[in-house]
Amino acid sequence: MVSKSFENGLDSFWTAVTTPQAVASLKLTLIASLIVVLINAVFGTLIAWVLVRDEFPGKGIAGSLIDLPFALPTIVAGLTLLAFYGPDSPVGINVAYTRTAVVMALLFVTLPFVVRAVQPVLLELDREMEQAAESLGAGRLTVFRRIILPNLSPAILAGAGLAFARAVGEFGSLILITGNIPFKTQAASVFIFSMVESNNPVAASAVSVVLLVIALMVLLIFGYLSKRALRHEE
Amino acid sequence: MRSRYALRFIALGYLALLLGIPVVLVFINAFQDGFAAAWESVTTPEAQHAFYLTLVMVAVAVPLNTIFGVIAALVIVRQRFRGRALLNAAIDLPFAVSPVVVGLSLLLVYGTVDGWVGKWFAEQGIRIIFSTPGMILATMFVSLPFVVRETIPVLREIGTEQEQAAATLGAGSLQTFFRITLPAIRWGVAYGVVLTTARALGEFGAVSIVSGKLSGETETATLLVESEFRRFNETGAYAASVVLAVLALVTLLAMNLIKPKESRT
Repeated sequence: MVSKSFENGLDSFWTAVTTPQAVASLKLTLIASLIVVLINAVFGTLIAWVLVRDEFPGKGIAGSLIDLPFALPTIVAGLTLLAFYGPDSPVGINVAYTRTAVVMALLFVTLPFVVRAVQPVLLELDREMEQAAESLGAGRLTVFRRIILPNLSPAILAGAGLAFARAVGEFGSLILITGNIPFKTQAASVFIFSMVESNNPVAASAVSVVLLVIALMVLLIFGYLSKRALRHEE
Repeated sequence: MRSRYALRFIALGYLALLLGIPVVLVFINAFQDGFAAAWESVTTPEAQHAFYLTLVMVAVAVPLNTIFGVIAALVIVRQRFRGRALLNAAIDLPFAVSPVVVGLSLLLVYGTVDGWVGKWFAEQGIRIIFSTPGMILATMFVSLPFVVRETIPVLREIGTEQEQAAATLGAGSLQTFFRITLPAIRWGVAYGVVLTTARALGEFGAVSIVSGKLSGETETATLLVESEFRRFNETGAYAASVVLAVLALVTLLAMNLIKPKESRT
Protein backbone atom coordinates (compact mmCIF):
# COMPACT_ATOMS: atom_id res chain seq x y z
CA MET A 1 0.00 0.00 0.00
CA VAL A 2 2.89 2.33 0.78
CA SER A 3 4.27 1.59 -2.69
CA LYS A 4 0.89 2.28 -4.28
CA SER A 5 0.72 5.68 -2.67
CA PHE A 6 4.13 6.57 -4.10
CA GLU A 7 3.39 4.85 -7.43
CA ASN A 8 3.59 8.04 -9.43
CA GLY A 9 6.39 9.60 -7.46
CA LEU A 10 6.58 11.72 -4.35
CA ASP A 11 4.91 14.64 -6.04
CA SER A 12 1.70 12.77 -6.78
CA PHE A 13 1.67 11.44 -3.20
CA TRP A 14 1.93 15.01 -1.96
CA THR A 15 -0.77 16.18 -4.40
CA ALA A 16 -3.09 13.39 -3.25
CA VAL A 17 -2.60 14.19 0.43
CA THR A 18 -2.95 17.94 0.03
CA THR A 19 -6.19 18.06 -1.96
CA PRO A 20 -8.57 20.30 0.00
CA GLN A 21 -10.94 17.40 0.69
CA ALA A 22 -8.15 15.15 2.01
CA VAL A 23 -6.75 17.91 4.20
CA ALA A 24 -10.20 18.75 5.58
CA SER A 25 -10.86 15.09 6.43
CA LEU A 26 -7.49 14.63 8.13
CA LYS A 27 -7.97 17.84 10.09
CA LEU A 28 -11.42 16.77 11.25
CA THR A 29 -10.14 13.35 12.29
CA LEU A 30 -7.25 14.82 14.28
CA ILE A 31 -9.23 17.57 16.01
CA ALA A 32 -12.19 15.31 16.81
CA SER A 33 -9.86 12.59 18.14
CA LEU A 34 -8.08 15.10 20.33
CA ILE A 35 -11.35 16.42 21.81
CA VAL A 36 -12.61 12.88 22.34
CA VAL A 37 -9.45 11.72 24.07
CA LEU A 38 -9.48 14.72 26.41
CA ILE A 39 -13.15 14.17 27.35
CA ASN A 40 -12.75 10.45 27.81
CA ALA A 41 -9.54 10.85 29.80
CA VAL A 42 -11.49 12.94 32.31
CA PHE A 43 -14.69 10.89 32.31
CA GLY A 44 -12.80 7.60 32.06
CA THR A 45 -10.81 8.42 35.18
CA LEU A 46 -13.96 9.58 36.93
CA ILE A 47 -15.85 6.40 36.02
CA ALA A 48 -12.94 4.21 37.09
CA TRP A 49 -12.87 6.10 40.39
CA VAL A 50 -16.58 5.60 41.02
CA LEU A 51 -16.35 1.92 40.08
CA VAL A 52 -13.43 1.28 42.43
CA ARG A 53 -14.05 3.55 45.42
CA ASP A 54 -17.82 3.87 45.51
CA GLU A 55 -20.40 1.30 46.57
CA PHE A 56 -23.93 1.33 45.22
CA PRO A 57 -26.51 -1.13 43.97
CA GLY A 58 -26.06 -1.97 40.29
CA LYS A 59 -22.33 -1.32 40.37
CA GLY A 60 -21.62 -4.71 38.82
CA ILE A 61 -23.90 -3.97 35.88
CA ALA A 62 -22.36 -0.53 35.35
CA GLY A 63 -18.92 -2.13 35.48
CA SER A 64 -19.64 -4.69 32.81
CA LEU A 65 -21.47 -2.13 30.66
CA ILE A 66 -18.12 -0.36 30.20
CA ASP A 67 -16.91 -3.09 27.83
CA LEU A 68 -20.02 -2.85 25.67
CA PRO A 69 -18.36 -0.61 23.04
CA PHE A 70 -15.70 -3.34 22.61
CA ALA A 71 -18.32 -6.03 22.15
CA LEU A 72 -20.86 -4.12 20.09
CA PRO A 73 -20.24 -4.02 16.32
CA THR A 74 -19.29 -0.47 15.32
CA ILE A 75 -22.09 -0.19 12.76
CA VAL A 76 -24.58 -1.02 15.52
CA ALA A 77 -22.90 1.58 17.73
CA GLY A 78 -23.52 4.18 15.04
CA LEU A 79 -27.14 3.15 14.63
CA THR A 80 -27.55 3.18 18.41
CA LEU A 81 -26.43 6.80 18.65
CA LEU A 82 -28.55 7.70 15.65
CA ALA A 83 -31.61 6.28 17.39
CA PHE A 84 -31.17 8.55 20.40
CA TYR A 85 -29.41 11.59 18.95
CA GLY A 86 -30.76 11.47 15.38
CA PRO A 87 -33.77 12.92 13.52
CA ASP A 88 -36.20 10.64 15.39
CA SER A 89 -34.71 11.38 18.78
CA PRO A 90 -37.27 10.88 21.57
CA VAL A 91 -35.69 13.77 23.51
CA GLY A 92 -35.49 16.15 20.57
CA ILE A 93 -31.70 16.30 20.32
CA ASN A 94 -30.64 15.94 16.72
CA VAL A 95 -26.93 16.00 16.03
CA ALA A 96 -27.01 13.77 12.94
CA TYR A 97 -24.82 14.92 10.05
CA THR A 98 -22.94 17.45 12.19
CA ARG A 99 -19.43 17.48 13.58
CA THR A 100 -20.89 16.88 17.03
CA ALA A 101 -22.01 13.50 15.72
CA VAL A 102 -18.43 12.65 14.78
CA VAL A 103 -17.30 13.46 18.31
CA MET A 104 -20.18 11.49 19.89
CA ALA A 105 -19.49 8.39 17.81
CA LEU A 106 -15.81 8.50 18.74
CA LEU A 107 -16.67 9.07 22.41
CA PHE A 108 -18.78 5.92 22.31
CA VAL A 109 -16.20 3.60 20.77
CA THR A 110 -13.22 4.85 22.82
CA LEU A 111 -14.94 4.95 26.22
CA PRO A 112 -13.48 1.69 27.64
CA PHE A 113 -9.78 2.41 27.05
CA VAL A 114 -9.06 4.89 29.85
CA VAL A 115 -11.47 3.22 32.30
CA ARG A 116 -9.88 -0.19 31.80
CA ALA A 117 -6.36 1.23 32.04
CA VAL A 118 -7.00 3.21 35.23
CA GLN A 119 -9.16 0.69 37.11
CA PRO A 120 -6.47 -1.89 38.00
CA VAL A 121 -4.01 0.82 39.08
CA LEU A 122 -6.62 2.43 41.28
CA LEU A 123 -7.42 -0.95 42.85
CA GLU A 124 -3.77 -1.47 43.77
CA LEU A 125 -3.22 2.08 44.97
CA ASP A 126 -2.24 2.19 48.59
CA ARG A 127 -4.66 4.27 50.62
CA GLU A 128 -2.09 4.93 53.31
CA MET A 129 -0.52 7.68 51.24
CA GLU A 130 -3.84 9.47 50.95
CA GLN A 131 -4.57 9.06 54.64
CA ALA A 132 -1.12 10.36 55.53
CA ALA A 133 -1.65 13.41 53.35
CA GLU A 134 -5.05 14.00 54.90
CA SER A 135 -3.74 13.70 58.44
CA LEU A 136 -1.13 16.30 57.53
CA GLY A 137 -3.97 18.66 56.71
CA ALA A 138 -4.25 18.32 52.95
CA GLY A 139 -7.66 19.08 51.50
CA ARG A 140 -9.47 16.68 49.19
CA LEU A 141 -8.38 18.55 46.08
CA THR A 142 -4.76 18.64 47.18
CA VAL A 143 -4.80 14.90 47.89
CA PHE A 144 -6.19 14.27 44.44
CA ARG A 145 -3.77 16.56 42.68
CA ARG A 146 -0.61 15.66 44.60
CA ILE A 147 -1.16 12.00 45.48
CA ILE A 148 -3.77 10.31 43.31
CA LEU A 149 -3.25 11.96 39.95
CA PRO A 150 0.54 11.39 39.78
CA ASN A 151 -0.05 7.73 40.56
CA LEU A 152 -2.72 7.38 37.90
CA SER A 153 -1.16 9.45 35.14
CA PRO A 154 0.85 6.62 33.49
CA ALA A 155 -2.33 4.56 33.19
CA ILE A 156 -4.38 7.53 31.99
CA LEU A 157 -1.77 8.30 29.32
CA ALA A 158 -1.55 4.68 28.20
CA GLY A 159 -5.33 4.45 27.90
CA ALA A 160 -5.53 7.80 26.14
CA GLY A 161 -2.93 6.69 23.61
CA LEU A 162 -4.91 3.58 22.71
CA ALA A 163 -8.11 5.63 22.55
CA PHE A 164 -6.47 8.16 20.24
CA ALA A 165 -5.15 5.49 17.87
CA ARG A 166 -8.60 3.91 17.79
CA ALA A 167 -10.36 7.24 17.22
CA VAL A 168 -8.08 8.15 14.31
CA GLY A 169 -8.91 4.92 12.48
CA GLU A 170 -12.57 4.56 13.44
CA PHE A 171 -14.95 3.92 10.56
CA GLY A 172 -18.03 1.79 11.19
CA SER A 173 -19.70 3.97 13.80
CA LEU A 174 -19.19 7.12 11.70
CA ILE A 175 -20.73 6.01 8.45
CA LEU A 176 -24.42 6.25 9.39
CA ILE A 177 -24.56 9.14 11.82
CA THR A 178 -22.21 11.65 10.16
CA GLY A 179 -23.68 11.65 6.65
CA ASN A 180 -20.09 11.86 5.30
CA ILE A 181 -20.42 15.37 3.95
CA PRO A 182 -17.07 16.35 2.38
CA PHE A 183 -15.41 19.34 4.09
CA LYS A 184 -17.88 19.09 6.96
CA THR A 185 -18.33 15.69 8.55
CA GLN A 186 -16.16 13.42 6.42
CA ALA A 187 -13.47 11.85 8.60
CA ALA A 188 -10.23 10.56 7.10
CA SER A 189 -11.25 6.88 7.25
CA VAL A 190 -14.50 7.67 5.47
CA PHE A 191 -12.60 9.73 2.91
CA ILE A 192 -10.40 6.69 2.19
CA PHE A 193 -13.49 4.54 1.80
CA SER A 194 -15.13 6.93 -0.66
CA MET A 195 -11.88 7.14 -2.67
CA VAL A 196 -11.84 3.33 -2.92
CA GLU A 197 -15.46 3.34 -4.03
CA SER A 198 -14.79 5.97 -6.68
CA ASN A 199 -11.80 4.00 -7.95
CA ASN A 200 -9.05 6.36 -6.85
CA PRO A 201 -6.63 3.97 -5.10
CA VAL A 202 -3.72 6.43 -5.16
CA ALA A 203 -5.57 9.05 -3.11
CA ALA A 204 -6.94 6.34 -0.80
CA SER A 205 -3.48 4.86 -0.27
CA ALA A 206 -1.83 8.23 0.29
CA VAL A 207 -4.27 9.23 3.04
CA SER A 208 -4.01 5.70 4.48
CA VAL A 209 -0.26 6.10 4.81
CA VAL A 210 -0.75 9.41 6.64
CA LEU A 211 -3.29 7.77 8.96
CA LEU A 212 -0.96 4.85 9.59
CA VAL A 213 1.96 7.12 10.44
CA ILE A 214 -0.23 9.18 12.79
CA ALA A 215 -1.49 6.07 14.61
CA LEU A 216 1.99 4.62 15.04
CA MET A 217 3.41 7.95 16.19
CA VAL A 218 0.60 8.40 18.68
CA LEU A 219 1.19 4.95 20.15
CA LEU A 220 4.93 5.65 20.42
CA ILE A 221 4.48 9.12 21.94
CA PHE A 222 1.89 8.02 24.50
CA GLY A 223 3.94 4.93 25.32
CA TYR A 224 6.95 7.19 25.95
CA LEU A 225 4.95 9.67 28.05
CA SER A 226 3.44 6.84 30.07
CA LYS A 227 6.89 5.34 30.73
CA ARG A 228 8.29 8.72 31.69
CA ALA A 229 5.45 9.31 34.12
CA LEU A 230 6.26 5.92 35.69
CA ARG A 231 9.92 6.78 36.06
CA HIS A 232 9.06 10.13 37.59
CA GLU A 233 7.10 8.32 40.24
CA GLU A 234 10.03 6.11 41.21
CA MET B 1 -20.36 13.09 51.56
CA ARG B 2 -22.21 15.13 49.01
CA SER B 3 -19.29 15.14 46.55
CA ARG B 4 -19.33 11.34 46.46
CA TYR B 5 -22.95 11.37 45.28
CA ALA B 6 -22.11 14.07 42.75
CA LEU B 7 -19.28 12.00 41.30
CA ARG B 8 -21.46 8.90 41.18
CA PHE B 9 -24.22 10.86 39.49
CA ILE B 10 -21.88 12.31 36.84
CA ALA B 11 -20.20 8.97 36.09
CA LEU B 12 -23.45 7.04 35.82
CA GLY B 13 -25.14 9.85 33.93
CA TYR B 14 -22.38 9.87 31.34
CA LEU B 15 -22.66 6.08 30.97
CA ALA B 16 -26.43 6.21 30.66
CA LEU B 17 -26.48 9.00 28.09
CA LEU B 18 -23.69 7.57 25.97
CA LEU B 19 -24.32 3.83 26.29
CA GLY B 20 -27.31 2.71 28.27
CA ILE B 21 -30.26 4.68 26.93
CA PRO B 22 -29.25 4.59 23.24
CA VAL B 23 -28.81 0.79 23.34
CA VAL B 24 -32.19 0.31 25.02
CA LEU B 25 -33.73 2.51 22.35
CA VAL B 26 -32.42 0.26 19.58
CA PHE B 27 -34.39 -2.60 21.14
CA ILE B 28 -37.50 -0.42 21.35
CA ASN B 29 -37.15 0.76 17.74
CA ALA B 30 -36.68 -2.79 16.46
CA PHE B 31 -39.99 -3.88 17.92
CA GLN B 32 -41.93 -0.69 17.14
CA ASP B 33 -44.01 -2.49 14.51
CA GLY B 34 -44.43 -5.53 16.70
CA PHE B 35 -42.41 -8.65 17.21
CA ALA B 36 -43.68 -10.30 14.03
CA ALA B 37 -42.42 -7.52 11.77
CA ALA B 38 -39.00 -7.62 13.38
CA TRP B 39 -38.86 -11.42 13.11
CA GLU B 40 -39.88 -11.28 9.48
CA SER B 41 -37.16 -8.78 8.60
CA VAL B 42 -34.37 -10.89 10.06
CA THR B 43 -35.60 -14.08 8.40
CA THR B 44 -35.69 -12.91 4.79
CA PRO B 45 -33.41 -14.98 2.52
CA GLU B 46 -30.94 -12.08 2.33
CA ALA B 47 -30.85 -11.67 6.09
CA GLN B 48 -30.50 -15.41 6.67
CA HIS B 49 -27.62 -15.52 4.23
CA ALA B 50 -25.99 -12.52 5.91
CA PHE B 51 -26.10 -14.16 9.33
CA TYR B 52 -24.89 -17.42 7.82
CA LEU B 53 -21.94 -15.62 6.22
CA THR B 54 -21.06 -13.92 9.51
CA LEU B 55 -21.08 -17.33 11.19
CA VAL B 56 -18.74 -18.65 8.47
CA MET B 57 -16.34 -15.76 9.16
CA VAL B 58 -16.38 -16.54 12.87
CA ALA B 59 -16.08 -20.29 12.31
CA VAL B 60 -12.95 -19.88 10.18
CA ALA B 61 -11.26 -16.85 11.73
CA VAL B 62 -11.63 -17.74 15.41
CA PRO B 63 -10.07 -21.26 15.38
CA LEU B 64 -7.23 -20.20 13.08
CA ASN B 65 -6.44 -17.10 15.14
CA THR B 66 -6.64 -19.14 18.34
CA ILE B 67 -4.10 -21.69 17.12
CA PHE B 68 -1.86 -18.99 15.72
CA GLY B 69 -2.30 -16.88 18.85
CA VAL B 70 -1.24 -19.63 21.26
CA ILE B 71 1.78 -20.54 19.12
CA ALA B 72 2.80 -16.88 18.72
CA ALA B 73 2.45 -16.29 22.46
CA LEU B 74 4.61 -19.36 23.21
CA VAL B 75 7.26 -18.19 20.76
CA ILE B 76 7.30 -14.63 22.13
CA VAL B 77 7.44 -15.65 25.79
CA ARG B 78 9.61 -18.77 25.69
CA GLN B 79 12.08 -18.20 22.93
CA ARG B 80 14.90 -15.75 22.46
CA PHE B 81 15.67 -14.78 18.90
CA ARG B 82 16.43 -11.77 16.76
CA GLY B 83 13.34 -9.88 15.75
CA ARG B 84 11.32 -11.03 18.75
CA ALA B 85 10.51 -7.44 19.70
CA LEU B 86 9.55 -6.80 16.10
CA LEU B 87 7.16 -9.77 16.06
CA ASN B 88 5.70 -8.60 19.36
CA ALA B 89 5.08 -5.13 17.94
CA ALA B 90 3.80 -6.42 14.60
CA ILE B 91 1.07 -8.42 16.30
CA ASP B 92 -0.37 -5.20 17.71
CA LEU B 93 -0.50 -3.64 14.26
CA PRO B 94 -4.21 -4.42 13.69
CA PHE B 95 -4.97 -2.33 16.81
CA ALA B 96 -3.27 0.71 15.30
CA VAL B 97 -4.50 0.35 11.73
CA SER B 98 -7.89 1.60 10.63
CA PRO B 99 -10.13 -1.22 9.34
CA VAL B 100 -10.57 0.76 6.12
CA VAL B 101 -6.82 0.74 5.64
CA VAL B 102 -6.78 -3.04 6.23
CA GLY B 103 -9.42 -3.47 3.55
CA LEU B 104 -7.54 -1.25 1.13
CA SER B 105 -4.28 -3.15 1.66
CA LEU B 106 -6.00 -6.45 0.95
CA LEU B 107 -7.57 -4.93 -2.14
CA LEU B 108 -4.18 -3.83 -3.44
CA VAL B 109 -2.53 -7.19 -2.79
CA TYR B 110 -5.33 -9.55 -3.75
CA GLY B 111 -7.31 -7.47 -6.27
CA THR B 112 -8.15 -9.47 -9.39
CA VAL B 113 -7.16 -6.85 -11.95
CA ASP B 114 -3.89 -5.40 -10.72
CA GLY B 115 -3.29 -6.90 -7.28
CA TRP B 116 0.19 -8.26 -6.64
CA VAL B 117 -0.93 -11.76 -5.79
CA GLY B 118 -4.56 -11.48 -6.84
CA LYS B 119 -3.76 -11.62 -10.55
CA TRP B 120 -2.09 -15.02 -10.18
CA PHE B 121 -5.00 -16.36 -8.14
CA ALA B 122 -7.44 -15.00 -10.71
CA GLU B 123 -5.61 -16.91 -13.45
CA GLN B 124 -6.09 -20.08 -11.39
CA GLY B 125 -9.76 -19.24 -11.25
CA ILE B 126 -9.73 -18.31 -7.56
CA ARG B 127 -11.47 -15.09 -6.62
CA ILE B 128 -10.37 -13.54 -3.36
CA ILE B 129 -11.62 -9.96 -3.42
CA PHE B 130 -15.40 -9.48 -3.60
CA SER B 131 -15.78 -13.04 -2.38
CA THR B 132 -15.64 -15.07 0.83
CA PRO B 133 -11.85 -15.74 1.02
CA GLY B 134 -11.06 -12.02 1.01
CA MET B 135 -13.66 -11.36 3.67
CA ILE B 136 -12.22 -14.14 5.83
CA LEU B 137 -8.73 -12.67 5.40
CA ALA B 138 -10.02 -9.25 6.47
CA THR B 139 -11.75 -10.71 9.52
CA MET B 140 -8.66 -12.69 10.50
CA PHE B 141 -6.45 -9.64 10.18
CA VAL B 142 -8.50 -7.38 12.45
CA SER B 143 -9.07 -10.06 15.11
CA LEU B 144 -5.49 -11.32 15.15
CA PRO B 145 -4.03 -9.75 18.32
CA PHE B 146 -6.57 -10.79 20.96
CA VAL B 147 -5.56 -14.37 21.77
CA VAL B 148 -1.85 -13.48 21.70
CA ARG B 149 -2.35 -10.48 24.00
CA GLU B 150 -4.46 -12.39 26.54
CA THR B 151 -2.21 -15.47 26.54
CA ILE B 152 1.19 -13.77 26.93
CA PRO B 153 0.72 -12.45 30.50
CA VAL B 154 -0.65 -15.80 31.71
CA LEU B 155 2.26 -17.67 30.13
CA ARG B 156 4.72 -15.31 31.80
CA GLU B 157 3.07 -15.84 35.15
CA ILE B 158 3.01 -19.66 35.18
CA GLY B 159 6.75 -19.92 34.47
CA THR B 160 8.45 -23.06 33.23
CA GLU B 161 8.96 -25.13 36.41
CA GLN B 162 6.06 -27.50 35.87
CA GLU B 163 6.94 -27.93 32.22
CA GLN B 164 10.51 -28.78 33.14
CA ALA B 165 9.31 -31.24 35.75
CA ALA B 166 7.13 -32.93 33.15
CA ALA B 167 10.04 -33.07 30.73
CA THR B 168 12.33 -34.66 33.37
CA LEU B 169 9.68 -37.29 33.98
CA GLY B 170 9.90 -38.20 30.31
CA ALA B 171 7.00 -36.32 28.76
CA GLY B 172 7.42 -35.29 25.12
CA SER B 173 7.00 -31.68 24.16
CA LEU B 174 3.50 -32.26 22.76
CA GLN B 175 2.44 -34.17 25.85
CA THR B 176 3.85 -31.41 28.07
CA PHE B 177 1.94 -28.83 26.11
CA PHE B 178 -1.42 -30.59 26.26
CA ARG B 179 -1.11 -31.88 29.85
CA ILE B 180 0.67 -28.96 31.54
CA THR B 181 0.79 -25.73 29.56
CA LEU B 182 -2.61 -25.67 27.93
CA PRO B 183 -4.61 -26.36 31.12
CA ALA B 184 -2.66 -23.62 32.88
CA ILE B 185 -3.32 -20.97 30.25
CA ARG B 186 -6.85 -22.03 29.32
CA TRP B 187 -8.67 -19.07 30.88
CA GLY B 188 -6.37 -16.57 29.25
CA VAL B 189 -6.89 -18.28 25.90
CA ALA B 190 -10.65 -18.47 26.49
CA TYR B 191 -10.81 -14.76 27.22
CA GLY B 192 -8.89 -14.07 24.03
CA VAL B 193 -11.27 -16.32 22.09
CA VAL B 194 -14.27 -14.39 23.38
CA LEU B 195 -12.72 -11.08 22.31
CA THR B 196 -11.76 -12.54 18.92
CA THR B 197 -15.31 -13.76 18.40
CA ALA B 198 -16.78 -10.37 19.26
CA ARG B 199 -14.43 -8.62 16.87
CA ALA B 200 -15.04 -11.13 14.07
CA LEU B 201 -18.83 -10.83 14.49
CA GLY B 202 -18.74 -7.07 14.41
CA GLU B 203 -16.13 -6.32 11.76
CA PHE B 204 -17.42 -3.76 9.31
CA GLY B 205 -14.85 -1.46 7.69
CA ALA B 206 -12.39 -3.98 6.29
CA VAL B 207 -15.08 -6.44 5.19
CA SER B 208 -17.06 -3.59 3.67
CA ILE B 209 -14.20 -2.76 1.30
CA VAL B 210 -13.25 -6.28 0.21
CA SER B 211 -16.77 -7.71 -0.03
CA GLY B 212 -18.30 -5.68 -2.86
CA LYS B 213 -21.55 -5.82 -0.81
CA LEU B 214 -23.60 -8.04 -3.07
CA SER B 215 -26.88 -8.52 -1.23
CA GLY B 216 -27.52 -12.19 -0.54
CA GLU B 217 -23.99 -13.11 -1.67
CA THR B 218 -21.17 -11.27 0.07
CA GLU B 219 -23.19 -9.36 2.65
CA THR B 220 -22.46 -10.10 6.31
CA ALA B 221 -24.74 -9.18 9.20
CA THR B 222 -23.02 -5.85 9.85
CA LEU B 223 -23.18 -4.93 6.16
CA LEU B 224 -26.86 -5.92 6.21
CA VAL B 225 -27.51 -3.35 8.94
CA GLU B 226 -26.03 -0.62 6.77
CA SER B 227 -27.79 -1.63 3.55
CA GLU B 228 -31.19 -2.01 5.26
CA PHE B 229 -30.74 1.43 6.76
CA ARG B 230 -29.83 2.91 3.40
CA ARG B 231 -32.94 1.31 1.89
CA PHE B 232 -35.01 3.11 4.55
CA ASN B 233 -36.02 -0.23 6.02
CA GLU B 234 -35.55 0.93 9.61
CA THR B 235 -37.20 -2.06 11.22
CA GLY B 236 -34.86 -4.33 9.29
CA ALA B 237 -31.78 -2.34 10.30
CA TYR B 238 -32.81 -2.18 13.96
CA ALA B 239 -33.86 -5.83 14.08
CA ALA B 240 -30.55 -7.02 12.63
CA SER B 241 -28.82 -4.68 15.10
CA VAL B 242 -30.72 -6.27 17.95
CA VAL B 243 -29.49 -9.71 16.93
CA LEU B 244 -25.92 -8.40 16.86
CA ALA B 245 -26.43 -6.50 20.12
CA VAL B 246 -27.73 -9.65 21.83
CA LEU B 247 -24.63 -11.48 20.64
CA ALA B 248 -22.54 -8.62 22.05
CA LEU B 249 -24.32 -8.90 25.40
CA VAL B 250 -23.70 -12.66 25.44
CA THR B 251 -20.03 -11.88 24.77
CA LEU B 252 -20.00 -9.44 27.69
CA LEU B 253 -21.52 -12.08 29.92
CA ALA B 254 -18.90 -14.61 28.83
CA MET B 255 -16.16 -12.05 29.52
CA ASN B 256 -17.45 -11.50 33.01
CA LEU B 257 -17.80 -15.20 33.70
CA ILE B 258 -14.26 -15.91 32.57
CA LYS B 259 -12.48 -12.96 34.13
CA PRO B 260 -12.87 -13.79 37.84
CA LYS B 261 -11.84 -17.40 37.21
CA GLU B 262 -8.77 -16.19 35.45
CA SER B 263 -7.67 -14.21 38.45
CA ARG B 264 -8.47 -17.09 40.80
CA THR B 265 -6.09 -19.53 39.14
